[in-house]
Amino acid sequence: MKLNLKVWRQRSNNDKGAFATYQVEANEHMSFLEMLDVLNEQLIAKKETPVAFEHDCREGICGACSMVINGRPHGPQQGTTTCQLHMRAFEDGDTIFIEPFRARAFPVVKDLVVDRSGFDRIIQSGGFVSVNTGQAQDGNAIPIEKDLAGEAFDAATCIGCGACVAACPNGAAMLFTSAKVTHLGLLPQGKVEHSKRVLSMVKAMDEEGFGMCSNVGACSVECPKEISLENIARMNRDYIGASLASDKTV
Amino acid sequence: MKLNSNIPEGPLADKWTNYRGKMNLVAPNNKRRIDIIVVGTGLAGASAAATLAELGYNVSAFTFHDSPRRAHSIAAQGGINAAKNYQNDGDSVYRLFYDTIKGGDYRSREANVHRLAEASRSIIDQCVAQGVPFAREYGGLLANRSFGGVQVSRTFYARGQTGQQLLLGAYQALSRQIATGNVKMYNRHEMLDLVMVDGKARGIIARNLLTGKLERHAAHCVVLATGGYGNVFYLSTNAMGSNVTAGWRAVKRGALMANPCYTQIHPTCIPVSGEYQSKLTLMSESLRNDGRVWVPKNMDDVMAIREGRKTGNDIPEEDRDYYLERRYPAFGNLVPRDVASRAAKTACDEGRGVNQTGLAVFLDFAAAIERYGKAEAHTQGLHNPDKGTITRLGEEVVKAKYGNLFQMYEKITGENPYKLPMKIYPAVHYTMGGLWVDYNLETNVPGLFCLGEANFSDHGANRLGASALMQGLADGYFVIPYTIGQFLSKEIRTPKISSDLPEFEAAENATKERVEKLINIKGNQSVESFHRRLGKIMWEYCGMSRNAEGLKKGRQMIRELRAEFWRDVFVPGTADEFNPELEKACRVADFLELGEVMMVDALDRNESCGGHFREEYRSEEGEAARNDADYTYVAAWEWNDEQPILHKEELVFENVELKTRSYK
Ligand SMILES: Cc1cc2nc3c(=O)[nH]c(=O)nc-3n(C[C@H](O)[C@H](O)[C@H](O)COP(=O)(O)OP(=O)(O)OC[C@H]3O[C@@H](n4cnc5c(N)ncnc54)[C@H](O)[C@@H]3O)c2cc1C
Ligand code: SF4
Ligand code: FES
Repeated sequence: MKLNLKVWRQRSNNDKGAFATYQVEANEHMSFLEMLDVLNEQLIAKKETPVAFEHDCREGICGACSMVINGRPHGPQQGTTTCQLHMRAFEDGDTIFIEPFRARAFPVVKDLVVDRSGFDRIIQSGGFVSVNTGQAQDGNAIPIEKDLAGEAFDAATCIGCGACVAACPNGAAMLFTSAKVTHLGLLPQGKVEHSKRVLSMVKAMDEEGFGMCSNVGACSVECPKEISLENIARMNRDYIGASLASDKTV
Repeated sequence: MKLNSNIPEGPLADKWTNYRGKMNLVAPNNKRRIDIIVVGTGLAGASAAATLAELGYNVSAFTFHDSPRRAHSIAAQGGINAAKNYQNDGDSVYRLFYDTIKGGDYRSREANVHRLAEASRSIIDQCVAQGVPFAREYGGLLANRSFGGVQVSRTFYARGQTGQQLLLGAYQALSRQIATGNVKMYNRHEMLDLVMVDGKARGIIARNLLTGKLERHAAHCVVLATGGYGNVFYLSTNAMGSNVTAGWRAVKRGALMANPCYTQIHPTCIPVSGEYQSKLTLMSESLRNDGRVWVPKNMDDVMAIREGRKTGNDIPEEDRDYYLERRYPAFGNLVPRDVASRAAKTACDEGRGVNQTGLAVFLDFAAAIERYGKAEAHTQGLHNPDKGTITRLGEEVVKAKYGNLFQMYEKITGENPYKLPMKIYPAVHYTMGGLWVDYNLETNVPGLFCLGEANFSDHGANRLGASALMQGLADGYFVIPYTIGQFLSKEIRTPKISSDLPEFEAAENATKERVEKLINIKGNQSVESFHRRLGKIMWEYCGMSRNAEGLKKGRQMIRELRAEFWRDVFVPGTADEFNPELEKACRVADFLELGEVMMVDALDRNESCGGHFREEYRSEEGEAARNDADYTYVAAWEWNDEQPILHKEELVFENVELKTRSYK
């Protein structure tokens, strides 16, 4: 299949950036990133600078790949990362627009690569259970109801890709943050620090320059792991509860 | 060079406990003055960095990823072993130890493996406490499944995303230490050289990948946890960025590379589909709990399937060869990986491969779906359910167990594995070889430690499923925090190491020169094209089966390829900017040297053991034939461009009798 690519090229964060047009010959068994590999080999053969994009596992789990394809983070397929997207989702002759994840809190590094270290700092602010190595009791000491463990797991599958932020008109990180808050908060091991965690992670989220949530819901639609909006609702409830409680104690 | 494994005295089961009890300690006030560099923040590195920081050391941690959460460990699917015996099926520390020694084809150290089995139990406790959402039974207790090469159920799992959940646990523990300032985290930094001062490892040269700037980092000791080197084969199940550079740079500074030829070829991966292929995708071994492996008995059927006239479903039961069940009745589909991979190769060599390339066998879930469907119908009180109901119910059970794997398969191949048997083929997956380390996980270079897949320590010639996660976390959480004290307790009077020392300057200059040389070649071929060619040579001559003639030829070809690389590679851009092509070039340059040493090692080892199968050495039934009299040693290689130098560590078995491995 012959494709027309419109790829966002930007040398660095200080540079303005613009779309460049390329033609590439692909086949439907290729993954989207393999199609970009082909493009890059073409560019290198012409001694031009290849398109920088982030990727590593190429199987939908590391969260590295991050591009907006025809206006949608991770492209047209529901529940699929860019690296898992295959060219059979496109037609011969298609024009495909490829852009970086855009958000105030995700500055562009180069071309399609952005800086998502804000996510790390949100986790550092409280996305953990405070237990040192060697302090644990036996793994079976606290039984956890199967469905509850399953619910915590569903939230824990977030891959930290940032598509939720890119999809949100406000650039909010609510889905990402609430997924971690839910994962840990539902489990007995994480409950102890729950209120403190909610408050500090929300604060970190704001400080990183992520926007406010206005319940658009695009985040969950574009999330490759289909993280549910319920997490956001739960976090909002818990945030209000925790704020009230902490006001009382102050 | 005399290699001292530093295995403690005493009976096997007491060694670790006694040793730990008598070990030199570093007092808390001294820990605060001691700096440790940890390179790599996958399972092994993140768990080590977090734990060392909890103990009070000053830790600097490095990863080339943009976040520690993206390390290759994130992709592990199937599970993690632990000798908890929660299933009451006869498991014990000794059994896990024994299975691992036997699975490794008697080429690993007894003492290390026993310690691993002991630590396995604490790992599960630790991870549960961190909030890792392991699979659970209806009663709320932890669930288990079986993996290849064992007859008990000791594998803990989090659906098909065990590595992800374990890594996030370690990443969160690390994040907590970053927040307290005990760990200084350097994301997007790649170690390009090791710095030695007075014969000890005292720092690294790292390239800031965003700016291209070379940085000097000094510490009292250096811990490498930089993962495996399977990508020397270009196509593997490893993440695209996995590489050998950190370890290889250490080898160039005098560390030894042990057993580099021991490569694990995983039997169940999605087959190669074309020349553009960039990586291979694993279908977790856990699938062999329920999937049955087969090829057609008749060539007519094979041809009909290849030409699309028939599917697997059209072949009647009596015309299928469930070759693993036939050849290995005791273990059936759950034989260890090396055995399963070679059997798949044999079936395909006989011409019975079931896709166009002839390089695929079936992994079939129809029987499991039917079995689970019937059981589920029974549980729900449905008497005489029809076939449709059974299939629907059975598919739901299979989906709950392996949903994400099935989905992944369908996304890649476009075929529905609930309806058609999967097609799978072996692929490079894991490297048992790695830097030589002693019982303390210290290399032969004083002050240089190595953890996780990057070392050679515990899996002998073949790793059992679900044991890499166990080893990485055992090393990081429960071994290095103790054993590092053996070195550091002698360093408490050593002042802060200065990165202005001439050794740092020299190492930085050497790195700068190497990087600039790569940029300035300005040849005509891409880095990728060299990597692909290297991979083909490795797979052809040092892959699933090897022979002396091929290994000699392969070695020569790699040497020529290396020369061509340094003459004609084209690296676009400059050294002082974000430049992913340059990063790749540095890695491929090191793979080109490693590949040669792998060939040399495979040629030296005139026997077949585990993942290393030499065609000349096999039994009458075609099984691997070890040579215990001559090869019960660890081959540790010192770099030398003309001819790498072999150092042997003899393996002593005091507790286990060496037997021919049989899974029949
Ligand atoms: C698809 C797949 C599935 C698997 N499933 C299982 C399973 O179910 N059970 C099991 O037990 N094992 C499994 N394994 C094996 C297991 O995942 C790995 O062996 C293990 O995770 C390796 O962990 P590690 O910490 O040693 O290295 P890695 O996770 O590879 O981490 C390496 C780290 O080093 C860093 N690094 C490397 N070089 C440098 C450098 N020069 N400078 C700076 N940083 C550097 C990287 O950025 C990264 O942080 C699987 C492997 C694969 C490929
Ligand atoms: S919530 Fe979804 S979209 Fe957002 S980071 Fe996690 S996986 Fe990505
Ligand atoms: S490359 Fe890892 S999720 Fe896409």
